Amino acid sequence: MHILEKTISEAKAAGRTVLIPFITAGFPSIESFPEILEQIDEVGADIIEIGVPFSDPVADGPVVEAASLRALQNGVTLQKILDGLRHRVETKGSFHAKIVLMGYLNPFFQYGMERFAKDAQTAGVVGCIIPDLPLDESRTIRGTLKEHGIALISLVGPNTSVQRMKEYAAVSEGYVYVVSVLGTTGTRTELPPEVGDTLRHTKQAFSLPIALGFGLKHPSQLAVIPEDIRPDAAIFGSSLLKHLDAGGTVADFFAPWISK
Amino acid sequence: MNNGYFGNFGGIFVPELLIPPLRELEQAMSEILPGTEFQAKLDDLLRNYAGRKTPLTYCENLSKKLGFHLWLKREDLLHTGAHKINNTLGQALLAKMMGKTALVAETGAGQHGVATAASAARMEMDCTIFMGAEDVIRQSPNVQRMKLLGAKVVAVESGSCTLKDAINAALRYWISSQKTTHYCFGTAAGPHPFPTLVRNFQSVIGRETREQMIEKTGRLPDRVVACVGGGSNAIGMFHPFIEDTTVKLIGVEAAGTGEPGCYNSAPLNLGTPGMLHGNLTKLLQDADGQILPSHSISAGLDYPGVGPEHAYLQSIGRVYYGLVTDSQTLRAFQTLCHSEGILPALESSHALAWVFENSDQISSGEQVVVNLSGRGDKDIEILRKAIPME
Repeated sequence: MHILEKTISEAKAAGRTVLIPFITAGFPSIESFPEILEQIDEVGADIIEIGVPFSDPVADGPVVEAASLRALQNGVTLQKILDGLRHRVETKGSFHAKIVLMGYLNPFFQYGMERFAKDAQTAGVVGCIIPDLPLDESRTIRGTLKEHGIALISLVGPNTSVQRMKEYAAVSEGYVYVVSVLGTTGTRTELPPEVGDTLRHTKQAFSLPIALGFGLKHPSQLAVIPEDIRPDAAIFGSSLLKHLDAGGTVADFFAPWISK
Repeated sequence: MNNGYFGNFGGIFVPELLIPPLRELEQAMSEILPGTEFQAKLDDLLRNYAGRKTPLTYCENLSKKLGFHLWLKREDLLHTGAHKINNTLGQALLAKMMGKTALVAETGAGQHGVATAASAARMEMDCTIFMGAEDVIRQSPNVQRMKLLGAKVVAVESGSCTLKDAINAALRYWISSQKTTHYCFGTAAGPHPFPTLVRNFQSVIGRETREQMIEKTGRLPDRVVACVGGGSNAIGMFHPFIEDTTVKLIGVEAAGTGEPGCYNSAPLNLGTPGMLHGNLTKLLQDADGQILPSHSISAGLDYPGVGPEHAYLQSIGRVYYGLVTDSQTLRAFQTLCHSEGILPALESSHALAWVFENSDQISSGEQVVVNLSGRGDKDIEILRKAIPME
């Protein structure tokens, strides 16, 4: 069992909803990012998705895109992200949370997939989400990452057929990322009515834990989902970025999720 | 189902949420497009609405000066002023027959936007055009034309506010509107099946040219030259000649000002392989894989990527891709205006400029065809600033 799957299963066994915050590397500033990351780790995140910035993020809405462009202007690169993570592991040991990188294919491709997989493993990365790498193009890269213990997380959504989900399930590890809505990140602040169907299909196709993202900002949104299809983990990105950008603290953002 | 590779280039690098509409389109391409109903309707639209077939004009005056025979394929005479309408009518008709009720498209210079808006109006479909905020200002007459044709024009304020950002915005819009909307992609790039679909609709240019040359000269041309931005006019012109190995094919990229390290729009000559907008192709990018801003005096060539089939044709040596600067383009533009009384688009002027700049390589008596992909009326503002006029 992959470490990400194990992490979620154990938290679930303890009766908790697994928390997966997303934060763009170098956000809100290069200087404050390492400290913010430490706080997110300490406050109780189970998995942290760190965004690798890209100039043309087609699956993201305005909040993540703006964060991404700001990070690029501040000089954030994949190399610096991996160096920073490796430094943290070497000086203070691993984070409590498991580290997943989320970014578009081209920066990884230019770094070199083989070299990336090796360096990411050394930096303590155990998962990778590449939104512009669908099943059809993923075979080689999935294999390269797997050799270094890194799960390529599959994304499915409201328009993914059960048949196609099963094709994903046959090769997937870690968890499955369910996109709640036909849209980009952060473009809505509530879950759409069809999310029940999407979750039901996902449960049918996958035995992996299910993480729900796109449009989550408060735990009360999960409470209304029927228990048999309730996701195992909640992913939130845009709402966290907005909160931090407005000067809010990590502790305040997480309070409603933790007290649950 | 395949992933649309041309050698090592192409593919379908898009979010999972866009796979279903792209596969639906691929299916429509194999089921609807070859059918007699579709072909008859498209043929009628191209003839009686767009104005095909377009003439192949012999340049009497220039040919005398140059010492070889220069021909122009007159896509500039088409409805809305450029080759773009070949593609938008095809895609709009296909979308209509797929049961879609709306079109979305990106546009840079506005030519594809205008052609899409016209095609949507003709097909009684809704139309939304995404255009970089910078381009909305630079190309305001085309914004007015799109609006007059009934399209909604959305100014894209993100990223570099140009064509690549308009494509990002249109792809995002398509994720949420895919049930009712077809993405009428403007060039032979993007994710599979767009490079093949757009080539399919633009190949009418090369097919007609081939027939017209045989009819007028009794043989195939020696050289065929076209400008390359995303590369739809060029692939449409080249494709029917690919197997004719005696025909030299030349694509012309925009070198910008031509100074070392200047912004340009020449990924085939100055770029490296990478993934952008759904396909693996050659791109202007930095060492970290971030896409660089592009530049050309011609807004229609101003794009940091290129269609994957061009990257392939370059890699196997079938097509030679040359470079032309902004100032060479302006000279070529003026030469054609004065010599033949034709006002070419700045995009097409790049192809002409390559011929003029390299005329010493061309043997006397050669038959040379340039694809005059569009007319220059849209460029008057840019030309007014660039060329001193009395």
